[in-house]
Amino acid sequence: MVQASLFKFIIGKSIRIISLLAALCLLSFVLVSHSPVDPVQAYVGADMAKVSPEQRAKIAEHWGLDKSPAERFVLWGKSLLQGDMGTSMIYRAPVTDVIKERFQASLALMGIAWALSGILGFLMGIAAAMLRGSWLDKLIKWYCLTLASTPTFWLGLLLLIIFSVWLGWFPVGMGVPAGVLKENVTLANRINHIILPALTLSIIGVANIALHTRQKLIDVLESDYILFARAKGEAGLKLLWRHGLRNIALPAITLQFASLSELFGGSVLAEQVFSYPGLGQATVQAGLRGDLPLLLGLVLFSAIFVFTGNLIADIIYKLVDPRIKEGNAI
Amino acid sequence: MSEISAVTRDSRNSKFFKFIPGLNRRQRTLLMIASSVLVLAAVIMASLLLDNEKIATHFDEKNLGPSLEHFFGTDWLGRDMFTRTVKGLSLSIYIGLIASAVSVVIALVLGMSAATMGKTVDRVITWIVDLFLGMPHLVALILIAFTLGGGAKGVIIGVAFTHWTSLTRVIRAEVLQLRSAEFVQISRHMGKSRWWTAFHHILPHLVPQFFVGFVLLFPHAILHEASITFLGFGLSPHKPAIGVILSEAMKYLSTGMWWLAFFPGLSLLIIVRAFDIIGENLRLLIDPHHAHD
Repeated sequence: MVQASLFKFIIGKSIRIISLLAALCLLSFVLVSHSPVDPVQAYVGADMAKVSPEQRAKIAEHWGLDKSPAERFVLWGKSLLQGDMGTSMIYRAPVTDVIKERFQASLALMGIAWALSGILGFLMGIAAAMLRGSWLDKLIKWYCLTLASTPTFWLGLLLLIIFSVWLGWFPVGMGVPAGVLKENVTLANRINHIILPALTLSIIGVANIALHTRQKLIDVLESDYILFARAKGEAGLKLLWRHGLRNIALPAITLQFASLSELFGGSVLAEQVFSYPGLGQATVQAGLRGDLPLLLGLVLFSAIFVFTGNLIADIIYKLVDPRIKEGNAI
Repeated sequence: MSEISAVTRDSRNSKFFKFIPGLNRRQRTLLMIASSVLVLAAVIMASLLLDNEKIATHFDEKNLGPSLEHFFGTDWLGRDMFTRTVKGLSLSIYIGLIASAVSVVIALVLGMSAATMGKTVDRVITWIVDLFLGMPHLVALILIAFTLGGGAKGVIIGVAFTHWTSLTRVIRAEVLQLRSAEFVQISRHMGKSRWWTAFHHILPHLVPQFFVGFVLLFPHAILHEASITFLGFGLSPHKPAIGVILSEAMKYLSTGMWWLAFFPGLSLLIIVRAFDIIGENLRLLIDPHHAHD
């Protein structure tokens, strides 16, 4: 019964996501093809004078730019369904390869930040709610409200100034040391380069989850069953462990999955500040230098990334929360 | 128990004015709003009063640290960073104003129609909201800026037309709730038309949401404007915008000129926070559900 409804739920969600993705394809294609940025011009760049009109026409023909937008959309859509997103102009490689390689770097960065901010934010929220009204609560609340107004890239710049320029603990940028062959890059190198961007994202990321958890736990602590538990003599961590934790863990996990969109946006900025070679940096480059296939691919990929997060959040809610399960059965 | 906790519940922002005796919570909230508005007004006034000559190139005064003459120091062209920051901030506030106004109108129209014009319209509108929320916000901004070929136009239109989603959801939920309220039902049963009821019984209840939503959109709009400019999509490098200042400062970080990044970013933080404080306190004042928070 429950499983059948869950199955139906997932199917329904998937259809919705597919319809949204299809619309997104069309929307972004229309937007991109109306851009005044001439892709040939963007590709040729500063060498304008050296390229003759015939050569330009040839480049345009090579990319199919001489066809009408509708034709191009059909062509693009067809190859997209076969898993071919075209060729990136600036990286001179298939878009799928570029995204795959960049995503690995971004995934490491976002994964660390995601886990760290989730755990820290959750603990901060608990601490604030349990010690409500204390100076610690006020401090955490102030910290979160301030952090929510902080520009991500500015925080990144501050960390760079303090830890890289003044203290010299970390390198100023890049995913790996400059001038080292790919084979010689050690894990330590990579870790060294990922700490500051991950820290930036985590520091910003805790705000939302901490405030949310604090509010949830406060609501729980005001409930009658907590009053009863207190009357029985339970207090402190034991009370939290027995009656509070389960009630607040689920919303926190869901919120964390649903925040992938903000995490992606934050990583675009952090990657730009630390010149970390991930998806975000590729997006910025694709946009600035007019790499249409890559930009379209990245827009779609980021949308899939966000939808996946939201879907997981929905499924967890359905699957784990006993209250929602019961509501379904009725 | 809940009564006691309602009394002892710490008021959110008005605690700063506790040192003034004899003020009640409402007066403290008003004072909080007034002082934040004052900060914002001061920034706009200062940007109008400060001379453009100060952000011209002065090679004899370049790379100076913060001093009494140049509060935020000067950059490698000898431009006064304080003037640049203030002018950048007021530009941010203007863009925030446009974005908030556009978003509030879109959100009101869509939210009202989603909740009053039947199931199909509701489905379509929630679908559109989902479509816009599907892309990471910054990616959507990059896409729009790219479509419009960058420049101030791209930034303003991008920021203005991507912030309406969350407010639309809020207004839709609010209208749905109001629609099932008794006074609305009675009005419908007494033969008033859908539109009459919507305008006379639902819209007035949305006014608080409307104002609070308007103010609380500023922080998002301003931060996104700064972000997209920082990434290099937006305003031209000659315009004094915080994003431009910070992306330029990035190149000079390793030379130890920390003031190029520190003060402009901090000022942006303060402005964003000021809007946040106004919005939250406004909510405390005019929203009866939160009056005791």
